[in-house]
Amino acid sequence: MALPTIFRRSLIAIALGVTVSGTAAAQERELLNSSYDIARELFAAINPEFQAWWQEEHGEEIAISQSHGGSSAQARAILQGLRADVVTFNQVTDVQVLADAGLVAEDWQDAFENNASPYYSTTAFLVRKGNPKGIESWDDLVKEDVQMVFPNPKTSGNGRYTYLAAWGFAENEFDGDEEQIEEFMRTFLANVAVFDTGGRGATTSFIEREIGDVLISFESEVNNIRGEYGSDDYEVIVPPVSILAEFPVAVVGENAERNGNSDLAQSYLEYLYTEETQRLLAGFNYRVHNETVVEEFADQFPETELLEVDEVFGSWDEAMETHFEGGALLDQLQRR
Amino acid sequence: MRRIGDAPVVRRLLIGAALVLSALFLLLPLVAIFAQAFSEGVMVFWANVSNTFTLHAIGLTLMIALLTIPVCLVFGVALAWLVTRFSFPGRRILQTLIDIPFAVSPVVAGLIYLLLYGRNGWIGTWLDGYDIQLMFSWPGILMVTIFVTCPFVARELIPLMQAQGSREEEAAVTLGASGWTTFRRVTLPNIRWALLYGVILTNARAVGEFGAVSVVSGAIRGKTNTLPLHLEQLYQDYNAVGAFACAALLAFIALLTLSAKAGLEWRAARREAFA
Amino acid sequence: MSQLATWRTGSTRVLPGFGLSMGISVLFISLVLLLPITGLFGQLAGLSLAEYWAIITEGRVVASYMVTIGAAAVAAIINAIFGLLLAWVLVRYDFPGKRLLDALMDLPFALPTAVAGITLATLYASSGWMGGLLEPLGFQVAYTWVGIALAMAFTSIPFVVRTVQPVLEDLPAEVDEAAMSLGATDGVAFRRVILPHIWPALVTGTGLAFVRSLGEFGAIIFIAGNMPYETEITALMIFVKLQEYDYAGASAIASVVLFVSLALLLAINVWQGRFVRRLHGGKG
Repeated sequence: MALPTIFRRSLIAIALGVTVSGTAAAQERELLNSSYDIARELFAAINPEFQAWWQEEHGEEIAISQSHGGSSAQARAILQGLRADVVTFNQVTDVQVLADAGLVAEDWQDAFENNASPYYSTTAFLVRKGNPKGIESWDDLVKEDVQMVFPNPKTSGNGRYTYLAAWGFAENEFDGDEEQIEEFMRTFLANVAVFDTGGRGATTSFIEREIGDVLISFESEVNNIRGEYGSDDYEVIVPPVSILAEFPVAVVGENAERNGNSDLAQSYLEYLYTEETQRLLAGFNYRVHNETVVEEFADQFPETELLEVDEVFGSWDEAMETHFEGGALLDQLQRR
Repeated sequence: MRRIGDAPVVRRLLIGAALVLSALFLLLPLVAIFAQAFSEGVMVFWANVSNTFTLHAIGLTLMIALLTIPVCLVFGVALAWLVTRFSFPGRRILQTLIDIPFAVSPVVAGLIYLLLYGRNGWIGTWLDGYDIQLMFSWPGILMVTIFVTCPFVARELIPLMQAQGSREEEAAVTLGASGWTTFRRVTLPNIRWALLYGVILTNARAVGEFGAVSVVSGAIRGKTNTLPLHLEQLYQDYNAVGAFACAALLAFIALLTLSAKAGLEWRAARREAFA
Repeated sequence: MSQLATWRTGSTRVLPGFGLSMGISVLFISLVLLLPITGLFGQLAGLSLAEYWAIITEGRVVASYMVTIGAAAVAAIINAIFGLLLAWVLVRYDFPGKRLLDALMDLPFALPTAVAGITLATLYASSGWMGGLLEPLGFQVAYTWVGIALAMAFTSIPFVVRTVQPVLEDLPAEVDEAAMSLGATDGVAFRRVILPHIWPALVTGTGLAFVRSLGEFGAIIFIAGNMPYETEITALMIFVKLQEYDYAGASAIASVVLFVSLALLLAINVWQGRFVRRLHGGKG
C-alpha cells in the first residue's frame, strides 16, 4: 500500500507547520491587534511605523500580529478567549460588549481622546459616472426609479449606519412626525436591490454585477473603492446631512496584563493620535482630528452636518433595541 | 459479453451529456477562478502565492488536513465495521448520530466548540487553569475540522459494506484466519475504493472548510490563518486577485489527492496484470 | 459488558472486533459529536418553551424555512439525476478527459463555500458569462431562489457522485451480463438489475445533499440577494442572531434545522436497513 508515502508526507508537512509556527513564536514581546475586516492594509502600513518608533524610544524590538474579521465576530472571539491586547473596531457596540463582560475598562470611551475614536468617517454615496439619477441627498434615494445597494443592517454595522443616517435625515425633514418618517423609511428600504451581508459584498454587487444606481457605505470605503475601480467611472457624493461613524479603540485590559503588554498596548493606541499616523489615516480616506492634518486634507473631506447616534437615538443600546432587534422597527418596515 | 449501456449510441449520449453538464456546472466556475487569479499576469499571481502569510496558511491547511485524515479513517472503518457486521439495539441511532455534522451549520459547529472549550466554557475554564488554550490555536482548528469531516469515510463505507454482506469474512474466520488478517486480506481489498473516496472527500472538505474554522481560529495572520480564512481577508481588503489565487491553490490541493488516487489505481491495475 | 456479549452471541455473526469497533465508535461519537452538541442544548436551557417557540415561529424565520426547504429539494432532485449520470459515466466508460472529470467532482468541497458563492454570482449575474446568455431569454438566476438552488446543488453534488460511485464499481460484470443475456433492453435491465443495487446509495447521497443544503451559508448569501421574506435562507437567520450575540436565539433556530435533518437521515437509515434485508433475502 501507499500508506508509508502518505505517512512520510504527513510528517514532512507537520514538521513544516511546526517550524513555521516556531519561527513566529520568537523571544520578543508581541502585541495582538484585533481589528475589523477591511483594515488589513491600513494596519500593515501603521505597524512598521510604530515598531520603529518603539525601537527608537525604548530600544526594544517588538512584533505585532493582526487579526481581522467582522467586528462582532472579532468581539465574540475575544469574549471566548482570544488573547488580543488591543481592539481597533468599526462598531462602538462591539467594544461595549467587551466592556460589559469586564474585559475592557468600563470608562473605555474616556481612556483616549474623542470618545476613544482616533479617526472617524461618515456615510456617503458612490454613484455611476455623471450621476445620471442626480442623487445629492437622502430624499433623492426614495424616488421611484432609484435602486440602492447597501449591506444588510441585520448583519452589518455599516448597514446600520446607513439606516440610522436615513432615519436621522427623515426625522429632521418631517419634524419628528413618526408616520411620515416610517413611510419614508419604508420606501427607502423598498428601493434596495440587494442586501449583501457585508460592505465588501455590497461593493461587488454594485461594481462587478452592475446592480443599482448608488452604493451606500462609509465615506472612507467609497473613496477607496473609487480609487480601486477607476475614478473616471464613479463619483463620490457626501450628502449635506449624514451620520458620525466612530472607529473606537480600546485596550483589552485583562489580556494585555496577562501578556505583559499593558504599556505597549497603551502606547500603540496613543500612537494612532500622533500627527504622522493621523496623516497616514487621512491618506486612507478616514477623517481625523489633528488640526494640521485636517487643514492639509481639507479638499478631500467636504463639510457636512454629522448626526450623532447618542443624540438622535439616545444611545446605541436604545437604537439597537428599537430598530434592529428581531421584531423591532426594521423588521416591521420590511414586512410586506 | 455486452454490458448495460454499452451500445455506442447510449454510450456517446451519456458521456456527452455528462461532459456538457459538468463543463457548464463545474468546469466553468473553475475556469472563472483561474481567470481571476491570473487576470493581472503570472507575476502578480506568484507574488500573492509566495507571500509569507500565504505560505504559512498553506502549511497550516495541509497540516490540519493530514492530521484529520487518519483520525477520520480509523473512526470511519471502526464504525462501518460495527454497524454493518453486527446487529445490536441502537444500531440505527448510532448510524444516524454520525450524520450530526451534516445537520449542523458549520458556523454553529464552530460556535458549540467555542462555547465548550472557550474562556467561559466548562472545559475551557478548567484547561485555562493549566494555561492550556485549545481555541484560537491550531488544536482548535483541528478539532472542528475533525467534527466537520468525520462522517465522510463511514458514510462511504456503510452502503458498500452493507451491499457486500459479510459472507466472505465469515468464511475466512471459520477457516481459522485471525480477525486482523481477515480484515486486511478480505475486507480491505473489497472496500478500498470506497475508502479512497472517503479520504478524498475528507481531504477536500478539510482544506476548504471556512465556516466552522473561522469561529475558532481567531484569524491571526501568520499563526492561525488557514488558506480559506486568508483568502477571505484578501477578498475583504479588495485584493481579489490574491483571493482567487488562494482559491486556485485550494482547487489544486484537491486535484493532488485525486492524482494520488490515480496513482493507486494504476498500481493496482499493474499488480492485477502481473498476477 | 455481559449484555454486549449476549447481543453478540444473539446474532448469527462469528466475526471478531465487536468490542474494539464499538469502543472506538462510542468514544469518538461521545467526545467529538455529542459532547459539543450538549453545548447547543445548554444554550436552549436558558429559554422558556414559549420563548423558544416565539423565536422559531417568527414570521421572517418561517419564510426562510420555506425558501430553504424549497430550494434544497430542487437542488437534491437535480443532484440525484446529475449525480447518477456522472457516477455511471465515470465508472462504466473510458473516454478522453475522464480523469479531469473525476477530479472536478470534488471541487465543490475543496473550494471554501464563499469562493463558490462569489464565483457563481459572478457567472450568473446579468453581467456574467452565463447570466448574459440566460437573462435575455427571460431567465434570471442570480438574486432569485433559482440562484439559491443552484448554489446548493453546486456545493452538494459530491455527496451523490461519491456515494454511488463505489457501489457501482463494486458491481460484478456478471450481474449485467446475465441481465443482457436474457434479452432485456438497456433501460429495462438498468431499472431491474442495476437500480436495486445502487438505490440505497443513491437515496443516501441525495438525502445527505439535501441536508447539507439546509445548513449551507457561505455559498448562498452572495447569490441570494437576501431580500426579506423572499430570498432569505435559514442559515442567514442564524448568522443574524450570532451577530447580535444572541447565542440562545441562534441555537434555537439551529436546533430546528438539526432536528429536521436528523429525523430525515434516521428515516433513510431505517428504510435502508429494511431494503438491504429484503435484498439479501431477510438476512442482512
